[in-house]
Amino acid sequence: MRRLKDDMLLCLIYLAAFAAEFLLIGILGYVFVKGFPQVSWHFLTSVTSVLQGTAGIAGNIVNTLYMVILTLLIAVPLGIGSAIYLNEYARPGKIVGLIAFTTETLSGIPSILFGLFGMVFFGSALGLGYSILTGAFTLALMVLPLITRNTQEALKTVPEAYRSGALSMGAGRWHMIRTILLPAAMPGILTGILLAVGRILGESAALLFTAGSGYFLPRSFGGWFRKLLESGGTLSVQLYLSMSKAQYSVAFGIAAVLLCMVLGINLLLRILAKKWDVV
Amino acid sequence: MTQGKVITKKLNIYYGSNHALKDVDISIRRNVVTALIGPSGCGKSTFLKTINRMNDLVDNVRIEGKVYLDGADIYGRGMDVTRLRKRVGMVFQQPNPFPMSIYDNIAYGPRIHERKSKAQLDEIVERSLRQAAIWEEVREGLYQSALRLSGGQKQRLCIARALAVEPEVLLMDEPTSALDPVSTLKVEELLCHLKKSYTIVVVTHNMQQAARVSDDTAFFLAGEVVEYDTTARLFSHPTDKRTRAYISGKFG
Ligand SMILES: Nc1ncnc2c1ncn2[C@@H]1O[C@H](COP(=O)(O)OP(=O)(O)O)[C@@H](O)[C@H]1O
Ligand SMILES: [Mg+2]
Repeated sequence: MRRLKDDMLLCLIYLAAFAAEFLLIGILGYVFVKGFPQVSWHFLTSVTSVLQGTAGIAGNIVNTLYMVILTLLIAVPLGIGSAIYLNEYARPGKIVGLIAFTTETLSGIPSILFGLFGMVFFGSALGLGYSILTGAFTLALMVLPLITRNTQEALKTVPEAYRSGALSMGAGRWHMIRTILLPAAMPGILTGILLAVGRILGESAALLFTAGSGYFLPRSFGGWFRKLLESGGTLSVQLYLSMSKAQYSVAFGIAAVLLCMVLGINLLLRILAKKWDVV
Repeated sequence: MTQGKVITKKLNIYYGSNHALKDVDISIRRNVVTALIGPSGCGKSTFLKTINRMNDLVDNVRIEGKVYLDGADIYGRGMDVTRLRKRVGMVFQQPNPFPMSIYDNIAYGPRIHERKSKAQLDEIVERSLRQAAIWEEVREGLYQSALRLSGGQKQRLCIARALAVEPEVLLMDEPTSALDPVSTLKVEELLCHLKKSYTIVVVTHNMQQAARVSDDTAFFLAGEVVEYDTTARLFSHPTDKRTRAYISGKFG
């Protein structure tokens, strides 16, 4: 009797696992089947031309890369830094509790609210306007909790004995953090970064009113720098815009490219994490 | 006229309101093994951690009195904690090799204190591993993770790591309590060799071990040093009846 119950439960668990797997493969497959015919060399390397009536996402790809890199440049040092401060320097108490609470809350806020704040604060108050920089600052706020939390969790799993071992040999606290803690916590930190990249790639609501929807490529060398202060729509933003204009084939093309990017970055970070994990 | 390597004067330590060490006056002789014995919670580790100022890291700790290393007040103004910890090494109860290669574990300390060439580091690594009697076992796999060693090997690696910065004093907090008998024996033999060049203070739960390896023994009870004498005298003619009771196994 007991056996039978166990077997049935096991069956259900397998079923659930299969269903989840099929759903994922189904979605991926659907997007790729609908999207790939749309993806041509021209689609990837040109920008949309209204005159010629052609679609191209080169500008959006560049914007996406800018957005990912800039956001990480802002959020990763800040996130890792605050995690180190909270875990290794701050005395547990009211302030640490408050910061932890704030971080937690920050990660639960709907992204459109970040968009609103980013537009008003970075865009208007700081005068950055509709620009990639405004978008990156806004997204940095959004992914900061992910990086901080994952780094903190990783630091917490590093045995206390490593810390006392290093300190007892005369290592300064910062030296100990740099040489022992951060390497040991690296897999967790990479996980945080991976999740952050996922959010950046997928975000549209917070970017529509901060980074806008520009899709042109820079025309000169200086243009690549000026671009930071110009409007630029990421792939996800363009996807949203294409859907709202009922250009579904373009939308699926973008979706396929986005998925490839996500898979690629996942793979890359997985390889990195393995490398760090050897010891 | 030989002065003690480490001398404490009216040393009192409080963790919050817990009075963990009470008026400890001790003079530890150089180049001998001094054992600290006593029931758990009596302040042996606290005393040990005071000598390399690892107690500074504890919240709410209050340290009163003086601790001298070669006559210099280690809590005095001129004392650089980094230098102090280089001179006073520590081995912990649980072997705690870092998650890196054997080589990097040993090189960790020397790299903190000054820039060294690869050749110098190679030399230090080999010398330290030899001193800790583990060279033969690991010489083939210096670049393998230290976490793959056995428990006893890990502890000898940690001893080698502590020796690599050429300390003067070696503090060991129950260094064999997590080890099997064979590894314990190896570490004990090691102590007898090392005392020629180092001043060693070892906390132990095990009275046979104290009798085997140490020259001097201090008996701690509830934060006080009840009796402190040569090991031979303390074990054969204890003057205090609490010492007599403890070494005959009546409590602890
Ligand atoms: N980090 C600490 N914080 C607070 N109290 C401590 C700390 N370390 C030790 N104590 C207290 O100090 C006393 C002595 O402890 P310890 O030195 O570890 O004893 P032993 O090593 O002889 O077992 C105990 O009462 C213990 O609870
Ligand atoms: Mg102890």
